[in-house]
Amino acid sequence: MTWFKRQSGELANSGEKKVRTEGLWVKCESCRQIIWKKDLEENLNVCPKCDKHFRVDARTRLAQLLDDGQYELFDTDLVSTDPLKFVDLKAYASRLKQAQKDTGLNDAVLNARGKLNGRPVIVSAMEYAFIGGSMGAVVGETITRAIEQAVESKTPILIVSASGGARMMEGVISLMQLAKISAALARLDEAKVPYISILTDPTTGGVTASFAMLGDLNIAEPGALIGFAGPRVIEQTIRQKLPQGFQRSEFLLEHGMLDAVVPRKQLKPYVARALDFMAGPVGTSAN
Amino acid sequence: MIRGLMKSSPDMRLSGQSTPADKTDAPQSVAGAELLLSMVEAQWANRNGNTMELAPKAQQELEKIQQQLARLESLPKNPEQGSAQVAAQSDETQQQIQQLNERISVLRKELEEFRGAWYKTELARHPQRPYTLDYIERIFTGWSEIHGDRGFGDDPAIVCGMARFHDEDVMVIGHQKARDTKQKVYRNFGYAHPEGYRKALRAMKIAEKFGRPIFTFVDTPGAYPGLGAEERGQAEAIARNLREMPRLHVPILTVITGEGGSGGALAVAVADRVLMMENSVYSVISPEGCASIMWRDATKKELAAEALHITAPHLMELGCIDEIVEEPEGGAHTDHEKAAALLDSALQKHLATLKVLPIPSLLDSRYKKFRNMAQFFKTNV
Ligand SMILES: [Zn+2]
Repeated sequence: MTWFKRQSGELANSGEKKVRTEGLWVKCESCRQIIWKKDLEENLNVCPKCDKHFRVDARTRLAQLLDDGQYELFDTDLVSTDPLKFVDLKAYASRLKQAQKDTGLNDAVLNARGKLNGRPVIVSAMEYAFIGGSMGAVVGETITRAIEQAVESKTPILIVSASGGARMMEGVISLMQLAKISAALARLDEAKVPYISILTDPTTGGVTASFAMLGDLNIAEPGALIGFAGPRVIEQTIRQKLPQGFQRSEFLLEHGMLDAVVPRKQLKPYVARALDFMAGPVGTSAN
Repeated sequence: MIRGLMKSSPDMRLSGQSTPADKTDAPQSVAGAELLLSMVEAQWANRNGNTMELAPKAQQELEKIQQQLARLESLPKNPEQGSAQVAAQSDETQQQIQQLNERISVLRKELEEFRGAWYKTELARHPQRPYTLDYIERIFTGWSEIHGDRGFGDDPAIVCGMARFHDEDVMVIGHQKARDTKQKVYRNFGYAHPEGYRKALRAMKIAEKFGRPIFTFVDTPGAYPGLGAEERGQAEAIARNLREMPRLHVPILTVITGEGGSGGALAVAVADRVLMMENSVYSVISPEGCASIMWRDATKKELAAEALHITAPHLMELGCIDEIVEEPEGGAHTDHEKAAALLDSALQKHLATLKVLPIPSLLDSRYKKFRNMAQFFKTNV
């Protein structure tokens, strides 16, 4: 269904292989119906029966958003140096290796250039399958570089979040990425280059508390978990059950924290419309 | 780090708990004390990666040895009470006591270093530690508090106000903890809500408008994880501060005075100078939180504290702060006046270096500071 303009050989489309070996049917965790995998994929990984938005990996996301599924990756070659030599029940170094093996990525984000309805855009798409999409020095630097590229080339940027927050195994180094990215976003803001933040399931912690909430528009997919603290932490703190739908996209919309909740199928046209507003029709501005 | 503790020969190691300290409770000789000491060393030597659990035990053992040494020292050593032989023995005993004392002091130092991060966390949370208002009272004059975020409410967990710093008008912002129960609840234990961060930003913008430097004092376990906080956009409030602080056209100085709790701390800490008090900590998550997630066991907090690299020397080494401010002997809680005086002079020094910078270069260096901070990656080839 999608194909990639590969930057290097190591970034083979392992996602496709995985699909083939996983069988032809999946059970929707929301409506519990059995869905033919091909139907699910053709429906942008949204349940055709109940509209449950399945999580998609970074490559699929890029392919869904960008014209003809084509894009060019950049800054994909950064890897963590494990600054704290962190070991809990397992060494961070081996967690990294495993995640790299499982996802075929060096870390939890992909930077790409492509076109969205004919308009050049930069997209940073987070990969939740890579240690919960957590943000350490590599994610921080990669996203910062995407923002800097956007400033330099006056190209609108989309950041698609899917993350549990800061990466604990890089300690305070992870925390400082929040400041770094947000400072870069201040420059983007001053350069008046459009930034649309797309929040997907889940977006929590330090990612929400920095770039995910700083778009000119913050838009989310339906039903995504979005918050600062995780639901379990809140339950432990307030010692009571959380209300139904708490911290879901619709809840945030209701509380004024999002500009819109946009179903995946309408995501691309919605973004295209917004970029028209911000940067003028394609071909009329610097773009 | 504990290499120095492993110098005991293997034959001195005791197997497991076969000779608990209480059974040799009253050694009548130096040999008895030596046995105890060897037990302590053996515990270190036999560690299986769980050294932090042993630290308190080792501490207890050390204390026991000291008590027993004290008893040894009080043994009769007056030659007139006995023969020359007794006197010689007594001399020997004295020598051994001295040697033991030296070894104990080495052990203690190592132990201190070893339990470092958790010990510092406890110091950083010490109930008698000076809080923001304690520092304000001692370092600033003309304090005039301002309240409210102009949107929802006033958050007592963060105080903001106009003040004078050595005759100069400045804005002071800080987390505020409290000591008695009623006040603790009022201050929400230093956990701020979104309106706290929004109030802080409002105060910062006032300072910017009138060209006044900003001082921020950080002492929070974190941003409050609660229903209302989420409803009112805790994440957005923090994020906005992170984006706005880098472009404020006035000097900003931050001091981590106690707990630098993650995003809730950083939200007022994007500054030209970030200082840490000697016994403060700064972390992406509390040691308890990290332990319960990564070890699935909150009691592994000492291990987590160590692994997270949260102490001032660690932050300095990682290039995340500019200076460590010395505290009075034993910690800031022992002497508020002295702690404030030490901080005062550090702040004066840094403000002087910032004030001479033209605003564009101030902003440029602030940007670069955070842009180039925490760059721990390599290029995969
Ligand atoms: Zn379904």
